[in-house]
Order: sequence, then C-alpha cells, then structure tokens
Amino acid sequence: MENIAGKRSALTWAVHISVVLLVLLWVVPTFGLLVSSFRTGDQIVSSGWWRAFGTQEQQLNPIRIAGEEKEVDGRFVIEGNLFGNSKTVISLWGTSSREPTAYQPGDTADLGDGQTLTVQENGDFVLTSATSTKDTRLPRVFATASAPPEFTIQNYRNVIFSPLAGQSIGQAFLNTLTVAIPATIIPILIAAFAAYALAWMDFPGRALLIAAIVGLLVVPLQLALIPLLNLHNWAAMTINETFGLTGDRALSGKGYLGIWLAHTGFGLPLAIYLLRNYMVGLPRDIIENAKVDGATDFQIFTKIILPLSFPALASFAIFQFLWTWNDLLVALVFLGTGNDQQVLTGNLVNLLGSRGGDWEILAASAFVSIAVPLLVFFSMQRFLVRGLLAGSVK
Amino acid sequence: MSQAIFALSTIAIGVGGCILYFYASNLFLDKVLFPARGPNAGRNINRAEAVRPWLFLAPALIALGLYLAYPVVATAWLSLVKEQGATRNFVGLANYAQMTSESKFWESMRNNMLWLFVVPAASTAFGLLAAQLTDRIAWGNFAKSLIFMPMAISFVGASVIWKLVYDTRPVDQAQIGLLNAVWLQFGGGVWSVLFLRILPALLLAAIAVGLAWGVWALLRPVLGSGGSRGSLVVVLLRLLGAAVFAALAVVMLWWLVGVFTVTLPYGQPQTWLTIPFWNNFFLMIVLIWIQTGFAMVILSAALRGVPEDTIEAAIIDGANPFQIFFRIKVPQIMGTIVVVWTTITIVVLKVFDIVLAMTNGQWETQVLANYMYDKFFRAFDVGVGSAAAMVIMLLVTPILVWNVWNARKEMR
Repeated sequence: MENIAGKRSALTWAVHISVVLLVLLWVVPTFGLLVSSFRTGDQIVSSGWWRAFGTQEQQLNPIRIAGEEKEVDGRFVIEGNLFGNSKTVISLWGTSSREPTAYQPGDTADLGDGQTLTVQENGDFVLTSATSTKDTRLPRVFATASAPPEFTIQNYRNVIFSPLAGQSIGQAFLNTLTVAIPATIIPILIAAFAAYALAWMDFPGRALLIAAIVGLLVVPLQLALIPLLNLHNWAAMTINETFGLTGDRALSGKGYLGIWLAHTGFGLPLAIYLLRNYMVGLPRDIIENAKVDGATDFQIFTKIILPLSFPALASFAIFQFLWTWNDLLVALVFLGTGNDQQVLTGNLVNLLGSRGGDWEILAASAFVSIAVPLLVFFSMQRFLVRGLLAGSVK
Repeated sequence: MSQAIFALSTIAIGVGGCILYFYASNLFLDKVLFPARGPNAGRNINRAEAVRPWLFLAPALIALGLYLAYPVVATAWLSLVKEQGATRNFVGLANYAQMTSESKFWESMRNNMLWLFVVPAASTAFGLLAAQLTDRIAWGNFAKSLIFMPMAISFVGASVIWKLVYDTRPVDQAQIGLLNAVWLQFGGGVWSVLFLRILPALLLAAIAVGLAWGVWALLRPVLGSGGSRGSLVVVLLRLLGAAVFAALAVVMLWWLVGVFTVTLPYGQPQTWLTIPFWNNFFLMIVLIWIQTGFAMVILSAALRGVPEDTIEAAIIDGANPFQIFFRIKVPQIMGTIVVVWTTITIVVLKVFDIVLAMTNGQWETQVLANYMYDKFFRAFDVGVGSAAAMVIMLLVTPILVWNVWNARKEMR
C-alpha cells in the first residue's frame, strides 16, 4: 500500500509541474508584450523584456550637460548631476559617440580648449573651463550605466491620442465599438424568434431548415465577400439615383450599415443553432400549460421563452461580440479605410507594416485592442464556456 | 460623437424595428387576416397557426438567404466568368486553369494541407493533455482560464504577441525576442544535444508510433476475418486513411534521421519567419496557441462526463493511470474529439489574419484565404479570386455534409 501511495504523490507532483509549464508556455508571450508596452522604445531594443525587472546595464542616450555657471579661482565651473534619480550607477562613460566607453567613473576627461570634465559613479559631474561656456554648446556625456527598473505609461498616451497609422488608436477604438455593439444586438432578436419557431412550432420543412442551418454554420464567409460587396455597392447606387443624393450626402457601398448587416448575416447560423438547441431543452409542460391557458405563441415567446433562455442569449452575445471585435477580414472588405471607419485590427495590421520595428507603439496598440475582449472574457467566462459546450458537443 | 449617435440610433431602429415587425405582424395575422371569430373561427385559427412559423422565421431566412446562401451561388458563378472591359463573359473553367498554373496557388495548397494536419492535431492533443491534467489538481480552474485566455485575443493581436517572441536582432546586439534569446543559449554542448536532438527525436518517434498505431487500428477491421467489414465506401475510406497515416509516419521517421544529421547554426540569431517551410510552423504555433483553450474546455467537459464506474472497474482490474486514460477515457470521448477536430479544421481552412499580419504570404507561407484576398483586393482579379474561394468551399464541404448528416441522425 505504501508503495502505491508513494507512486501517487510522485505522479501528483509530475502533474503539478506539467500544468505549471503549460500555463507558463501559454501566458509568457502575452506577458512579454504587456511588459514591453510599459517600457520606453530604447529600453525595449536594448534588452529583452525579461530583464526589465532587474537593474540592467545599458548604453544610455547621450545626455547634454546643463547647469548654472560659477566662477571659481578664475575658472568657470558647472556642477550638477546627469540624472534625476539617485539609483543609476555609471560603469563607463565617454564624451563622443565614437568612444562612449573611454573613461572610468571618477576619471577626468580633457576636452581641449582648457575644458575638463569629471563624472562620478552616481552621475555627479564637474565641468571646468578656462573661458566662459555661456552661449556655447556644452559637451554631451555618453554613459553606460545600470539603471533600476523603470516603467512608463507614455506609450499608451502616444498611441491613444496621436495618429500613427492613419488615425489614433483611440479613434479606432470608438470605430470598433461602433461596429461591435449593433452587430451583436441585432442578430440576437432575429435569431431568437427563428429559434423558437424551429424548436416549438410544427410546420412542414422544419427538419430541412434545421439541416440547412447546420450546413450554413460552416460556410466560409470568404465566399460572401465579393457578391455582397457588389450587392452593397449596387444598393447604395440605386438609392443615390432614386433620391438624387450626390456629393457628401451620397451613400457609399462601404460603411457601418453594410458591416452591421454582414455581421448579422454571418452570425445568424450560430445564433439560431445555439438558441434552438437551448430552447428545445426547456420543459414542455410550461409551454403546453401556457397554451391551454390561452396564451398565443407571441406571448409564450416573450413572457416565458425569452427570460428562460437568458443563459443561451448571453453565451451567443459574448461570442458575437468577441468575433465582431476581433474580426479583420469583414472590416477590411465592408468598411472604408477613412479615419472614421478603420477598426483596431486594421489599424494594428497597418502599424505592423509601417512601424514594424517600433515595439513600444505596437505593444501598447495591441494591448488597447486586446483589453476589452480580455475584460469580457474574464468577467463572463462562465457563459462563454456554456455556449461553447452547447455549440459543439452533441 | 455623431458616430456614437448613429450607432445608438441604429441599435434603437434595429431592435425597435424587429419588435415592431414581430408584434405587428402577429397582430395583423390574428385580428385582420384570420380573426378567431365569426363563422370561420376554427378554420381561421388553423390557418393562422400554419402561417405564424413563417412570420417568426422570415427575417432570419431573408438574412441567411441574402448573406450566406446567395453569395455561395454568386461566387460559383463569378468563378466561371471573366470581366472583359465592361462586360462579363462566360469563360468556363479558364479561371481555374489560370489559378492552377500559378505556383503561388500550389504553394498555398501545400501550406493549407500542412496547416490542416498540424494545427487540429496539435491543438486537440494539447487540449486533451491540459484537460486531463487540470482536472486532477486544486488550482485546475485557474490554470484552465489562463490557457483559455488566448481565445479572447484577436488573430492580429496574437500575431503581434508572437512577432515579439520571434523578433531578431543583429548578432552583436542584445536579443529582444524570447526564441532567439533561448536559441543563443545553446552552443553545441550536452544540453544542446539533449534539447535539440534527443528531445525532438523522442517526440517525432512518439508521433510516428501513434501514426503506426492509427494505421493498424484502421486496417484491423478491413484485414480481419470477421463479417463486419462495413460497406465498400467505409473500406475505401479506411484504406485511404491508413495510406495517409503511413505516409505521415514515413515523413516523421525521415525527420527523425534529419534531427541527428542536420548541422545547427549555433550562435547565429535566426530570422524565424523567413526560413522556408519551417516558418509555416512558426505561424501555426500562433493558431495552436489560440485553439488549444477551445479544445481543452470542450474535452474537459467530455472527460467529466465519462461514467465513474467504468474508471473504478478499471482501477479494480489494476489498470495504471496511463491505461485508464488511453484505454478507458479516450475511447469514450472519441465523438467529442472528432467534433473538436472538425471545428478547428474549419478555423484552419479560413485562416487569414495570422498570415496577413505576420508574413503576408512572403517566404513561402501563403495560404488559400490570403491568396484569395490577394487576388480580390490587390490584383483585382475577381474570377481567379472566386475560383480560390470555391476551392475553400470544396475543402469545407465534407465537413458540412458530415455535420448535416449527424444533425439529421440526432433529430430522428
């Protein structure tokens, strides 16, 4: 018995360690980008994000000496500290970009023209000169220093408010919200009525319709792009001609109305399928009792079925919201690329193309776009899981 | 601001319109068209009941027809015509001929096949592993929600996340990509042999053994002398599956040899996304990372549904944990595994964002969906683009038929 117990505990340990490894593997990439989004561009390119938490030695940006000039014993002296904080420690420094590591801390550098510069380990410097340095360019210090961890939210300020790839992330955020919310709400109602009909009403062709919806569930929306874009353009043109709309008032085939309709159409099969499967499982007695009491189908639907189906409705709403928020393809095709229409994912792809090396911008932008889905995910995980199970396991 | 008002008013109009439509049409049906009074009350009630389902269904059917069914037909038609000047001319299969003469198309097909084998297999395997492991520990639910988390992240966001992992700096600078930082730790010593030769070799050997077992499992009923061979179609499918598995097993063994013979460029930072063929795998990792959570959640629920007494019986018979898992649990959740597998397969066939964001099909990473997008919106060749879309549709069709068939069977 002891043997078995011992084996069990070894196995339990193996399980714990494996799960820790798995979780690390799954979390670390995201965490890396999160950490990077709080570092300055220089920090990101000079060391890996995993070094961001320790003191790190790095080549600092050149710092130009500045300060009040004093006259001491016939020489002009400027004293001060290179850094605002007191934690940075200089290991090597220099006065030209060609030799940034020429001097040790405490050394005195001769800059010519009677100028000398001494830099201490903690950044204290003394610049002495034979003549006044007023109105001349003071020397720059190139320092290699170990600095304490430092994080900033400046990246987020930059990306949210300043236009970097056509428009700011803040604007793209609003555009995405404009796409996602109506595209989530409108299909729910349409689907709920259809699902009720398919679940609780008897009519010829019902089984065929359900089979058709199961089939449409997997139709790739790639097929729908060009025909629908043509349809939207044609509809916009027809309306423009009929009502004589021109210039600014003319409708365009690409726009919010088009993408809402497209997302509604693409989301409907899943919505109907999920809701019907849920509604079929509701107790038959309740519905039959209500019918005996003289309730119409419309009343049964609004007073009994809808409230009881809340979990399924919530599941689908979360799916559809995540899907419309994260979608790139439909937005690329059915929305314009103007400031007031580009969504977060489109903006991010543009950034990857044009600012691919600027990780501070990419990281912060990516996190702005990820934040809302993650929030929804963690607060409503229960419904999401339930929806997944209802949609897949049969 | 006007945008927000526009959106809000659309919600109001959309929702209000729906409610108004349903309410008014029901009212019209009951009070005006077929009133439940007068001499024909009984007949009217029956008539109203026959019409009402279609009232409920109408908006959904119109939307589905216009936005999903019609486009399939229209795309099929567009793939057969060519725009010549202002007119469209029927050109038969010329678009398909043009497409199949392009090497980029065959590259996309090859890569799609690669994705089709690797991503569902790896996601399901990892999902099954994670489900089984997390079900046994106290903090399992916490671990689960962390592994599940990438599901909420957009493909583009995930691409940014992984691009940082794959980032490359010149050899004299500090690496900021995790993969290169790890790679540079290896210098050809004992650890390098262990992690870069022996471990992958073991993994490949395990996959090869699994595939060989698959071949055997598929062929056993065909070769067996028992009377239950099934129909000819089933036999052919089994033979086909066995052939594919056997071919894959040979590839695995080939790679196994390669693991030991290849000279690795130690000390050189690699630009992972430009290494032909293997860069596909670096893109696939992104999708596997996203889909594993989905597989885990569903398989975990299925594992919990496995009847307790079958497991207890196995324990009493002296089965070890591995036997319990592979011989008792996995066979009982096979149906769910198939569902997970096919669901991920459909996602894979449509994969577009990841390739667009990470390589845009350069360095031999093109896939069908991105090829199609290229044709539509960069080359403005609607004919060939539609042909590519039809190829995707064709690849999805077996799953579509399978799903419909299953749904019908279940409803009977």
